[in-house]
Amino acid sequence: MTIRAQIAMVLNLDKCIGCHTCSVTCKNVWTSRSGVEYAWFNNVETKPGVGYPQHWEDQDKWNGGWVLNSSGKLVPKAGGKVRSLLNIFANPDLPEIDDYYEPFTYEYGHLTSAPESQAVPTARMHSAITGKKQEKPKWGPNWEELLGGEFSKRSKDTNFEAVEKAIYGEFENTFMMYLPRLCEHCLNPSCVAACPSGAIYKREEDGIVLIDQDKCRGWRMCVSGCPYKKIYFNWQSGKSEKCTLCYPRLEAGEPTVCSETCVGRIRYLGVLLYDSDQIEKAASAKDEGDLYQSQCDLFLDPSDPEVIARAKADGVPDSWISGAQNSPIYKMAIDWQIAFPLHPEYRTLPMVWYVPPLSPIQSAAESGMLGAFPNVDDLKIPIRYLANLLTAGKEAPVKWALERLMGMRAYMRGKTVDGQGDPEILKQLGMSEDELDEMYQLLAIANYEDRFVIPTNHQEYAGESPFDQEIAFATRSECGFTFGEGCGSSADPKLINLFGTQTHPNTLSGKPKDS
Amino acid sequence: MNDPLHSFLFGIYPYIAIAVMLVGSILRYDRDPYSWKADSSQLLRRKGLRWGSNLFHIGVLFIFFGHFFGLLTPHALYEHIIAASSKQTLAMVSGGIAGAMAILGLFILIWRRLADARIRATTRFMDMAILALLLAQLTLGMLTIPLSAQHPDGSTMMALAQWAQHIATFQPGAVEHLAGVAFMFKAHIVLGLTIFLVFPFTRLVHMLSVPFKYLLRPGYQVVRRGRRASSLG
Repeated sequence: MTIRAQIAMVLNLDKCIGCHTCSVTCKNVWTSRSGVEYAWFNNVETKPGVGYPQHWEDQDKWNGGWVLNSSGKLVPKAGGKVRSLLNIFANPDLPEIDDYYEPFTYEYGHLTSAPESQAVPTARMHSAITGKKQEKPKWGPNWEELLGGEFSKRSKDTNFEAVEKAIYGEFENTFMMYLPRLCEHCLNPSCVAACPSGAIYKREEDGIVLIDQDKCRGWRMCVSGCPYKKIYFNWQSGKSEKCTLCYPRLEAGEPTVCSETCVGRIRYLGVLLYDSDQIEKAASAKDEGDLYQSQCDLFLDPSDPEVIARAKADGVPDSWISGAQNSPIYKMAIDWQIAFPLHPEYRTLPMVWYVPPLSPIQSAAESGMLGAFPNVDDLKIPIRYLANLLTAGKEAPVKWALERLMGMRAYMRGKTVDGQGDPEILKQLGMSEDELDEMYQLLAIANYEDRFVIPTNHQEYAGESPFDQEIAFATRSECGFTFGEGCGSSADPKLINLFGTQTHPNTLSGKPKDS
Repeated sequence: MNDPLHSFLFGIYPYIAIAVMLVGSILRYDRDPYSWKADSSQLLRRKGLRWGSNLFHIGVLFIFFGHFFGLLTPHALYEHIIAASSKQTLAMVSGGIAGAMAILGLFILIWRRLADARIRATTRFMDMAILALLLAQLTLGMLTIPLSAQHPDGSTMMALAQWAQHIATFQPGAVEHLAGVAFMFKAHIVLGLTIFLVFPFTRLVHMLSVPFKYLLRPGYQVVRRGRRASSLG
C-alpha cells in the first residue's frame, strides 16, 4: 500500500442554475490569451445535449479513455504506444476547431469610428483567426442552452442509451439539467498516458494533472486521448493547455477560481487519501457497472489509525491528514454516497464528482401528494439517464442518492414547518438526526469553510530543481504568463525573435486581424 | 578546381551550415524551449493533412535515412554485399518512389497552407520558407535521377559519398571529389546544406524530439515527485 493525497472536487448539480460565473471567471484568469480563446477549461453544458466539443461523450468517434483488451489488460482506447507514434504525423482522432467553435471578436471600434450614415453602425463579428467577417457563431461552450436546437440533434447525447428517448422529445415530458465540466484530474489519466513527450504529469503531493509547457512538443495525442475533451490545443503556441485546478491558489489554501466565484455555492474541495498501488486494479474492473464501486474502494478512511500511520510513513503531512478527516468530499462520496464520478466507464478514475440533481415530480404534484415521500422513479429526469452519466448505467446507487436528497428535504421541511422531523424518514435513510443535520448544513447552507477544506502546500514538497521551486513559492510574483520569452524580454510581437514570433498577439481586442 | 567559390561552397560552407545548425539548435533548446514544437495546424483544418502529412513525412524520412546511410557508409563496408552499380539502381528506384511521395505530400501541404484562410493567417515567414526550400530540394533531387541513369556504373555516387565522408571525418581534399560532378548534384548539395543552415530557425527542430522514449516509458503514467518522496528514499 502506498498512500497518496489528492485534492478532489464535488459539484452539487441539484443547485446549479447554469449562470456560467465559473466559466467566465475561469476564462478571464486562464484562457483570455490568443490561441485558447476557443478553449474553456471550465464550461457549463445543458443536458441532454451533445455538448462541447460536439459529441465529446461519443468515444466511438474520438477514441478517448481506456478499454480492457481481449486479455483483460487496461490499454488506451486509441491503441498502444506504437500505434500512437504511427499516427503522429496526422492524428485521426483529433477534433477540429469547428467541433468547439471558430473563435471570434466583435469590431467594437467601428461603432465610434463609422462615418455618418442613415443606419446605425454595427459591430460585426469577425473570426479571431482569419479576421474575416462571419455571419453568426455556429457552436459554443453551451450551445444547447435551455434545450436550444432540435430534439433530434440533442438526442444524439450518448446518455440516452437504454432510455426510451422518443417520449422526452415531447413538450410535456421534456427535462433538462446543467453540467459544469472541467478537467477531472484523474487517478488514471489517459492524457498522461497518451503524451509521447512525457510532458503531462500528475503531481504526487496533490494529484493535480499539469502540462509542462517547455516539454510539450505539440504531438496533440492528449487532446484525443482525454475522453472528457478537457485538453485544448493552443493554435497560436502549438502546445496543449488544460485546467490547472488553480494550483497557485490551492497551494495557498484558497479554492479554485471556479469554486470561489460559484454563486450557487455548489462546489466543494477537499482531500481524499487513496492507495496508489491499487489504481490499475480499480480501473480494470471487468464490468463497467462496477467501476464506480471499485473507485470508491480506493479511497481510504482517514480516521483509521492504520491508514494514518501508513500515510505518515508515505510522507503525507499531518495537515493533509487532518484535511482528509474534515474533507467534505469524503463525506459526500463515501459516508453519505450522494456524489458520483462522471463517466466512470472511461476508466480514468476521475476526481471531480457530482451530486445528481433532483427534478420536478409531475405525477405527485398532479395527485396532490407533495408532502409525502415520493418515488424517485417519478422524477422528471430519468434515473437511467443520470446513471449513464454517473455510474456507467448502474441505477441503484443514483436512486439511493436521490432518495437521501429528497428525504433530507422532507425531514427538514417537517422540522421547520411542523416543528419536528418525521423519524420514519431517518429510518428509511439509515441516518441519525445529527448526520442528516450535517448533510443539510453542507448541502443547503454550504458555508465557505465547510465547502473548502484545503490544506496549504508545504515548502518541503518543492524539489530541488528550479522548476519544482517554481511550483512552490520561490518565484512567486516574479513572472506572469508570457509567450515563452520569459520576463526579461519584451512581449512586443513586433520584435524579431529568430525562433518564431506570434502571428496573433491579441485575438480578443475587438480589432480583427486584417484579412 | 581552383575556383574559390567552388572551394567555399563544398569545403567551407558545409562546416558553417552544420555549426549553425548545432549551435543554433542547442541555443534554442536551452534559451527558448517554449518555441520547440511540431507546430501542427491540424486543429484548424483537418482536411488534407492526413494524406499530405503522412505522404510527406514517410517519403522524406526514407530519403533522409537513405542519404545518411547511403553517403556515409564507407564503400569497404558494403562492397562485398552489394556492387556500387546495384546500390545506385536501388537508390534511384527507392529514392524515386519516396521522393515522389514526399513531393506529392508537400504539394498537398503547400496547397493547404496557401488556400486555407485559417492556416494562411497563422503562417510565419519561416513556415512558408521551409516548405519552399524543401520543395526546391526535392525537385532538384528528383532531377538528378535521369542524370544518374546516364552513368549507371555508380561512379558519381561514389564521388559524392567520398566527398561526404571526407567532410564528415574532417579530411582535406574533400572538394576535389566533386570536380567532375554535374551541376544538378552540386545545386542539390548547396541547397541541402542551406536547409541545415536554417534548421534551428524553423519548425524542423521537432525532428530532434522524436519521442522514442515513449516506447521505453514503463507503463503509461507519469508522476512527478517532490523532495518529500526523494528524502524518504
